[in-house]
Amino acid sequence: MNEHRLTIDRIRCDGRGICADLVPELIRLDDWGYPIIDARPVGVELTEHARRAVANCPMRALRLSLSNVPEN
Amino acid sequence: MSVLAGGPPVQRGAEVLTDHQRRFGAIPPGGARLIEEIERSGLRGRGGAGFPVAAKWSAVAAGRSRRRVVLVNGAEGEPLSAKDRALMCARPHLVLDGAVLAARALRADQAVLYVGSEHRSARNALEDALRDRGGADRIDVRVVIAPPRYVAGEESAAVRCVNDGTALPTALPPRPFQSGVDGLPTLVQNVETLAHVALIARFGAQWFRDCGTANAPGTTLLTLSGAVARPGVVEVRSGARLGDVLGDAGFVAADTSAVLLGGYFGGWIAGDVAPTLAVDAAALRGAGHSLGCGVVAVLSETECGVVATARILEFLADQSARQCGPCVFGLRAVAQCWHRVAQRTVTPDDLVRIGRWTDELTGRGACRHPDGAANLARSALQVFREEFMLHAEHRRCSHQSAAWRAAS
Repeated sequence: MNEHRLTIDRIRCDGRGICADLVPELIRLDDWGYPIIDARPVGVELTEHARRAVANCPMRALRLSLSNVPEN
Repeated sequence: MSVLAGGPPVQRGAEVLTDHQRRFGAIPPGGARLIEEIERSGLRGRGGAGFPVAAKWSAVAAGRSRRRVVLVNGAEGEPLSAKDRALMCARPHLVLDGAVLAARALRADQAVLYVGSEHRSARNALEDALRDRGGADRIDVRVVIAPPRYVAGEESAAVRCVNDGTALPTALPPRPFQSGVDGLPTLVQNVETLAHVALIARFGAQWFRDCGTANAPGTTLLTLSGAVARPGVVEVRSGARLGDVLGDAGFVAADTSAVLLGGYFGGWIAGDVAPTLAVDAAALRGAGHSLGCGVVAVLSETECGVVATARILEFLADQSARQCGPCVFGLRAVAQCWHRVAQRTVTPDDLVRIGRWTDELTGRGACRHPDGAANLARSALQVFREEFMLHAEHRRCSHQSAAWRAAS
């Protein structure tokens, strides 16, 4: 399945919160300003917004990836 | 025949090479086909996550590299666990056999023994054992010391410690099987798991399956602690009734309020339920519990579960690698809430937020440290609900109120 998902490098992320402004449908912030990302695949209608959030992350922590490496 | 039972008592120290070989025979040749044998055996990792061993080995073997590394994980940073140490101290050659067999199966030319800095005697036993074996294994083996920190044993932290001396988890992917020590495909495997490998390579998958249950074959090491007359490390048949295991250690059900199963990343189970469970990693997982690294800690009737939980969460917050925001701030906040509940100074705001903050820990770290803490906190809310409400709403503790002050 060619599904896009937003993933985040938690070590890089320092909670600027720009992503949540750009794609609030998929990202909200916790009480300390760190993103909580919707685990569901990114719908076609939001892909452009998600891409913009990725491009505007100052820490380069956000990614839009096609495949999901399974957790072990 | 099993990793600890049946041999000389653990207290007697390391089994020397000649005794080891007399009991078990020489190390078999092994090779790539050992992976199939392990697959048939159904062996799963004994470090805590319980990942199928053959699948892990296949992933490392599939890496496109001419060189690979076996990282033998004996960090054992879980404060309530002692089974890895017991094994390294008493059966160093079984652990080393497992490491050498893993290296041969995966065509690795080096092995790293990663041992917790506080586990001095384990390290000495392994180094003595290496000396006794001489160069017979024809593989480069070195010892790397893990710092005394809870997350040091996490796979990616172990790899990073070997690489640059910093035992902190790294962002995944790449995972160690893709790029680990020196950027090479790396197998990170717990010492107990490797000891089982050493026996499966000798006696076969069917022999391993003759003991234990269909979904959790073999024996397993447990560390018993808390309110039992005879705490310590025991080896039990998978599927054994926990009540029987604890009974042998001198546990009295009536004096127990709860059992912490799986360690600080595991969960609390009510004192009347725990004895009825089977020590079966697969069945426990299915029931929403976790055998984890085999920790069984008994909370006595005189101890307060809320206080005990607050202490563990405080420890886990202190042990954060401080790399990921949700762990640095969220876990600390949850721990502080629990501290105020335990001290009976909790605020209405705390009670509104504690559940959400706990849920927001899951899946939001580079490693599973915050997830483990969240599991523990959630299990405590279930098992100690009445006691929690007594602390939160009535500002009372049904145990000696002095306990918290005396011990803190």
